[in-house]
Amino acid sequence: MELLSLSAVELATAIREGKTTAVEAMKAVMERIDQTEGQYHCYVTVDREGALRRAEETQKKLEAGTLAGPLAGVPVAVKDNLCTEGMLTTCASKILENFVPTYSAEAVRNLERAGAVLIGKTNMDEFAMGSTTETSAYGVTRNPKDLEHVPGGSSGGSAAAVAAEECFFALGSDTGGSIRQPASFCGVVGMKPTYGTVSRYGLVAYGSSLDQIGPLCKTVEDCAVILEAISSYDSKDSTSMDRKDTDFSSALAEDVRGMRIGIPRDYFGEGLDPEVKTAVLAAAELLREAGAVVEEFDLSLVDYAIPTYYTIAAAEASSNLERFDGIKYGFRAEARGLHQMYKATRSQGFGSEVKRRIMLGSFVLSSGYYDAYYLKALRVKAMIKKAFDDAFSKYDCILGPTAPTTAPRLGESLADPIKMYLGDIYTISANLAGLPGICVPCGQDGKGLPIGLQLLGDCFQEKKLLRAAYTYEQLRKETAAGTGER
Amino acid sequence: MPNIITDDTIEYVGILAKLELSGEEREQAKKDMGRMLDYIDKLNELDTSGVEPLSHVFTVQNVFREDVVTNGDGSAETLKNAPEEKDSMFVVPKTFD
Amino acid sequence: MAKEYETVIGLEVHVELAARTKIFCGCSTAFGGSPNSHTCPVCTGMPGSLPVLNRKVLEYAVAVGLATNCNITRYCKFDRKNYFYPDNPQNYQISQLYLPICRDGWVEIETEGGTKKVGIHEIHMEEDAGKLIHDEWDDCTLVDYNRSGVPLIEIVSEPDMRNADEVIAYLEKLRLTIQYLGASDCKLQEGSMRADVNLSVRQKGTEEFGTRTEMKNLNSFRAIARAIEGERNRQIDLLEAGESVVQETRRWDDAKETSYAMRSKEDAQDYRYFPDPDLTPVSISDSFLEEIRARQPEMPEEKKKRYREEFDIPDYDIGIITGSKQMADIFEATVALGSQPKKVSNWLMVETLRLLKEKEMDPEDIRFSPENLARLIALTEDKAINSTVAKEVFEVMFEEDVDPEKYVEEKGLKMVSDEGALRKAVEEVIAANPQSVQDYRNGKEKAIGFLVGQTMKAMKGKADPGSVNRLLKELLS
Repeated sequence: MELLSLSAVELATAIREGKTTAVEAMKAVMERIDQTEGQYHCYVTVDREGALRRAEETQKKLEAGTLAGPLAGVPVAVKDNLCTEGMLTTCASKILENFVPTYSAEAVRNLERAGAVLIGKTNMDEFAMGSTTETSAYGVTRNPKDLEHVPGGSSGGSAAAVAAEECFFALGSDTGGSIRQPASFCGVVGMKPTYGTVSRYGLVAYGSSLDQIGPLCKTVEDCAVILEAISSYDSKDSTSMDRKDTDFSSALAEDVRGMRIGIPRDYFGEGLDPEVKTAVLAAAELLREAGAVVEEFDLSLVDYAIPTYYTIAAAEASSNLERFDGIKYGFRAEARGLHQMYKATRSQGFGSEVKRRIMLGSFVLSSGYYDAYYLKALRVKAMIKKAFDDAFSKYDCILGPTAPTTAPRLGESLADPIKMYLGDIYTISANLAGLPGICVPCGQDGKGLPIGLQLLGDCFQEKKLLRAAYTYEQLRKETAAGTGER
Repeated sequence: MPNIITDDTIEYVGILAKLELSGEEREQAKKDMGRMLDYIDKLNELDTSGVEPLSHVFTVQNVFREDVVTNGDGSAETLKNAPEEKDSMFVVPKTFD
Repeated sequence: MAKEYETVIGLEVHVELAARTKIFCGCSTAFGGSPNSHTCPVCTGMPGSLPVLNRKVLEYAVAVGLATNCNITRYCKFDRKNYFYPDNPQNYQISQLYLPICRDGWVEIETEGGTKKVGIHEIHMEEDAGKLIHDEWDDCTLVDYNRSGVPLIEIVSEPDMRNADEVIAYLEKLRLTIQYLGASDCKLQEGSMRADVNLSVRQKGTEEFGTRTEMKNLNSFRAIARAIEGERNRQIDLLEAGESVVQETRRWDDAKETSYAMRSKEDAQDYRYFPDPDLTPVSISDSFLEEIRARQPEMPEEKKKRYREEFDIPDYDIGIITGSKQMADIFEATVALGSQPKKVSNWLMVETLRLLKEKEMDPEDIRFSPENLARLIALTEDKAINSTVAKEVFEVMFEEDVDPEKYVEEKGLKMVSDEGALRKAVEEVIAANPQSVQDYRNGKEKAIGFLVGQTMKAMKGKADPGSVNRLLKELLS
């Protein structure tokens, strides 16, 4: 049995059935990390000893019958902006180079309750600000499909670790596409749930009104099972939703008959790579053949999503990141006076993309500009939300590409921030409107780089997304088996 | 109309955000912020009169906790990551004259 | 002729609410913990921590709003006020700017010129900051976050006050109202009530406001009065010298009776307020409002009115007793235990006030229980102790809230009611003081006083002076 190629659900089943153990699975992961991590650099922290110890404890509990979680014994990697008790949590920033939280994020605790075993912390864009995982203070992560390309971001380390089989699944966070876009670039499944579905407690905030935690994994089935495990109402998070419908794995049926799928024409205009377009439309065609009602429509306001997003995200980030001041935790620069200490700490501790967004955010909130920029953006956000409400009155899902292109080459993106931001065009609205979105692989371009299909749903309609994505995934497998390609 | 960011603006925002940019960084920041604001100005194409600003996507309201003490002595955890501490307190450069 | 100036004053009053826990986390608000012991990730701004509103804080804020005739904002939100300072662990304070919980209220104060309304612009909820301690030894500052996140309301008045007396009357009024509500103990010295004074001057008769300054660090009514006088003079001097007043925040140094500007270059005073995305809006329903309204206690004015109707005690006493929630509570509870209102009132008006003054305490610091006061009154009524002993016992009770019955028993202070013993003592005194006996019989009424005193002394004070007097007269007649 080639352990590492198993999905998370398959591995959990094998462990439960005694065909392998949590310890063997973790050892296999460590071996793979030894072989490939030097090239890919998916992790900021690999907790070797701790991981093996936890795997042993989990195995004992499994054998004693005191643990029966759906992910029992499955090794997991967690993005480094999720707090992990006793384990370094850096947000890929120098300013948190030595921060060891005394508490774990609620999502991480939920995973532990489900029996998953933590391997370590994955690399990311610093404070989740970026689309390439190149803004990390701890070095870039490379795309396992092609080392010259980026894995996407900001959850690039998580996506790459899944693609490289350096874990069985991973958690990421998505503020403007940070789970879905790297999933697309690395050829894995990634999902951002409805805002409020997964507790944000212990997630180091970037844009609080936009941030959501979600899975990066190998299959849609894994995605449903993991999401079910990490979703919970959390009284520590005021924005947490008390949902009764989080039995997401019940949605895993191969059936899209009668499902209404809308394709926004606005998503297929200028800037979209033709190969991506072909692959995405082919996916829509497969679903149509399976009985879905697929039609094109005009979503509107698409071009306004990015400026709206960057205004709101930068404003919230400028405030959220004020707490990193060298007093309570993390890096502190030596300087004579208090304000000199603040400035030295923050100027040396933050990287340039983070500083860029903090400056912008502070500016749009400053006296005299609040109405013109921040309130304006909140008004456009309301209009965007309305546009989606209208769309979902007609469609169960919105289908389109996850990103306009496949993974860019390393070093190409950061030179022109606005161009980089444009890459978020399809993912960003889901965060503004609080919607769930899933990315599933739907082919590759001429260079062999993965292409991702994105399905967006109305709030709380993850099950529709999972059903459509699962159906597509199965159909694609069958088609690929029929034509002999994959 | 393109946004021109001046040294004064960068200086002012630097005071607000506690960031000090060096010469090269400062020039880059002026350029970047100007371009971003030009881009954000695109929102002015939209007539938003009569639209209420939407800060919370959902209508969730009235999330409360009860007034019950749930936390014990947290000083050890609170100070665990302190860059500098003395007598169970954080040390900072002096704030009084 | 010198110009005449008018002072225009508005107040920002911060009140620490009596909630058991902090505004956004389950840490205790109790005083006196060791440094940083009442802290958690939320109130120390740890990465990833999130705030959840304490319901009690909202209830108190609404209660104060209702008691001060405010409109309650039915849909309110919290905003972040961004500024860097070490006592503020997130470097933003969660407060309310755009939609504060209460607006447009007023309270009535008594002034020399009669009753006056002082407008309340708004009341908002916010979190307190931590404490900074200067460390002389290492010449640095130490930070303790025990007070960080303690719930506050800030009551912002309209610029309706014209002198220090009005300011103090307004503060007294707020304090009494809030104490009655049980929303805070409002102690200026301990910082559970803090007032910042916004002051400007203008020439008498003009409508336009002058440029105002904000004065901080006022820890007593006396400091407030002095700061107002000092700032008024400073501003007038500036104007008279042809200079202008700068809008700024100043810190009052009460020891030096002077103030200085707090402004620095690094202090841009641009707080970049925006709605806190981590907290949901608060929507006040009719039923919530009714619930709070129904729970509002009897307020001072109503209480006074009722006392006048129910109790036969002087108006002056009523004023003093209802002028403190604690006094009124003790009065009512003691009367409810069966003591005569007039007697209770006397104990409060005379001995209690005397001891409070002597020990420089507030009525709010009274610790003796109504049960013990009722017992003490009963002991005197039953003539088990005389008034001198009663005062002694009361002093002990005031300090330690002892049970007077037990105390009297233990210390053997009970009056000797044994007629035989008393008669014997009187006979002995008569025998030992022939001169005084002679004087009395010769018509010197005063001499009996000396004999009573001697008998009381012989009885170690445990006799009823009335009985001694009666016996003496009987035996000497």
